[in-house]
Amino acid sequence: MNVQKMIAPHIAAVPPSGIRKYFDLINEMKDAISLGIGEPDFVTPYTIREAGVYSLEKGYTNYSSNAGFIELRQEICNYMERRFNLLYEPETEVLVTVGGSEAIDLAIRTLVSQGDEVIIPEPSFVAYKGCTLFAGAVPVPLRLKAENQFRLKREDLEKVVTDKTKILIMAYPNNPTGAIMEYDDYVEIVDFLKDREIMIISDELYAELTYSGKHVSIANFEKMKDRTIVVNGLSKAYAMTGWRIGYACGNRYIIEQMKKVHQYAIMCAPTTAQYAAIEALRNGDEEVAAMVNEYNQRRRLVVDGFRKIGLDCFEPLGAFYVFPDISKTGLSSDEFCERLLLEEKVLMVPGNAFGECGEGFVRATYATSTEKLIEAIKRTGKFISKFKK
Amino acid sequence: MDNEILHILSKNSRLTNEQIAVMLGKKEEEVTKAIKEMEEKNVILGYPALIDWEKTDNDIVSAYIEVKVTPQRDRGFDEVAERIYQFSQVKSCSLMSGSYDLFVVVEGKSMKDVALFVAEKLATIDSVLSTSTHFVLKKYKDKGVIFNKKHKDNREAVVL
Repeated sequence: MNVQKMIAPHIAAVPPSGIRKYFDLINEMKDAISLGIGEPDFVTPYTIREAGVYSLEKGYTNYSSNAGFIELRQEICNYMERRFNLLYEPETEVLVTVGGSEAIDLAIRTLVSQGDEVIIPEPSFVAYKGCTLFAGAVPVPLRLKAENQFRLKREDLEKVVTDKTKILIMAYPNNPTGAIMEYDDYVEIVDFLKDREIMIISDELYAELTYSGKHVSIANFEKMKDRTIVVNGLSKAYAMTGWRIGYACGNRYIIEQMKKVHQYAIMCAPTTAQYAAIEALRNGDEEVAAMVNEYNQRRRLVVDGFRKIGLDCFEPLGAFYVFPDISKTGLSSDEFCERLLLEEKVLMVPGNAFGECGEGFVRATYATSTEKLIEAIKRTGKFISKFKK
Repeated sequence: MDNEILHILSKNSRLTNEQIAVMLGKKEEEVTKAIKEMEEKNVILGYPALIDWEKTDNDIVSAYIEVKVTPQRDRGFDEVAERIYQFSQVKSCSLMSGSYDLFVVVEGKSMKDVALFVAEKLATIDSVLSTSTHFVLKKYKDKGVIFNKKHKDNREAVVL
């Protein structure tokens, strides 16, 4: 039997991520600095780790209810209200998932049928497209523009909406661009969407990492709340990536159906991590604020550093990424990243890894120590100077 | 802004004023002025590095010493504290609440060295009633920094 032929075509057709070669290159290098890592450099605050350890010591090792411990769902609701002014019912409108990623997959699978269209503003995190294809739906890229600071504009949305559009993905603060959407940006989008049968999946994992005012969710708009599935989680804000705790909040009928998929595929999110998450949401606000403050300092350092060495860099106001324009060097994103790594031992991720329209940009993470960032900027400056006329 | 500058410096005093200014979204002159003022007011007393001497070939023995003293009329504990902290062997000296009065950190080249200092210099001061010496055997954490734990970045090199 040719085993490869047994693989479903719509799975086999999805290409693997194109960044494998950078792994291989950097693994053979000494003193390389990776600005390619999309996760916090902080270790989970000790009080949260300790809560997980304590639950193990007590022998709390059973399943939780499919939707997650009710205490955790209650804490999530408290948190959503406290931080973002969003009200949800813990019994029916919250589902605890294995990271935000699972929530995205569940939401897409629960909503789309074969051939439905999912609008994905790009450059974007890679999972939306993959999950859409796995679900048999059609990803429709929407090209965000640097001159709009990668914010979503009504005119761009109008061009891609069809009668097959089922979902619009919103992902602000954004990976990879660091863009945010402010209240005023949403007004025209909400106005356009309010009479259309389109669901929103709003990936707000980076909500805490907003450096200009308070984070605004599209679900903050009365008309949108019911048709928005807000995806959030503890990975980025609480430096808890490996724990895998995310959640979805939304209309009870949709959450109910997502829970069904989750029940058969996953059972429940890992309970040790759920106990830790309860502690995080209850007592972690100060730790989060301290980390956000530190990211913000590094953000300013990196944006300033890149601009001084001659990279065009719009000011990112969220997440922990900068997304400089490297087209002036005359190199493609891929060439830029490969040469920067080989010649100066600094790793960034080519913008086209996040969609075709990311070509001409690179993503650099500042979730790395100040010392390393300073050194990386210095090395990148040396590299850039080779292309100055 | 002063507090933010102090927090940054307390973690890494090797950053330049320009870098600190960028990190805080301020002008370099503002930061330079603020630091100068804090130096003048003795808010910032110096910029020492935090060193794990055990990893070097310098032999350094530290002891924490509880000292009971008789306070002096009019000058309280200050006078005897001053007599103690002027010794270069004394690295730290604090007035404490509780069962003793002064907490003194002494460093020397050997246990004998420290013990002799206590016996000959410290215990013999007039107002000192008694001393109790505790030698440090191993330091795990100091000034918020965990010793012997090299920060290792275990993250994957690329995460999208």
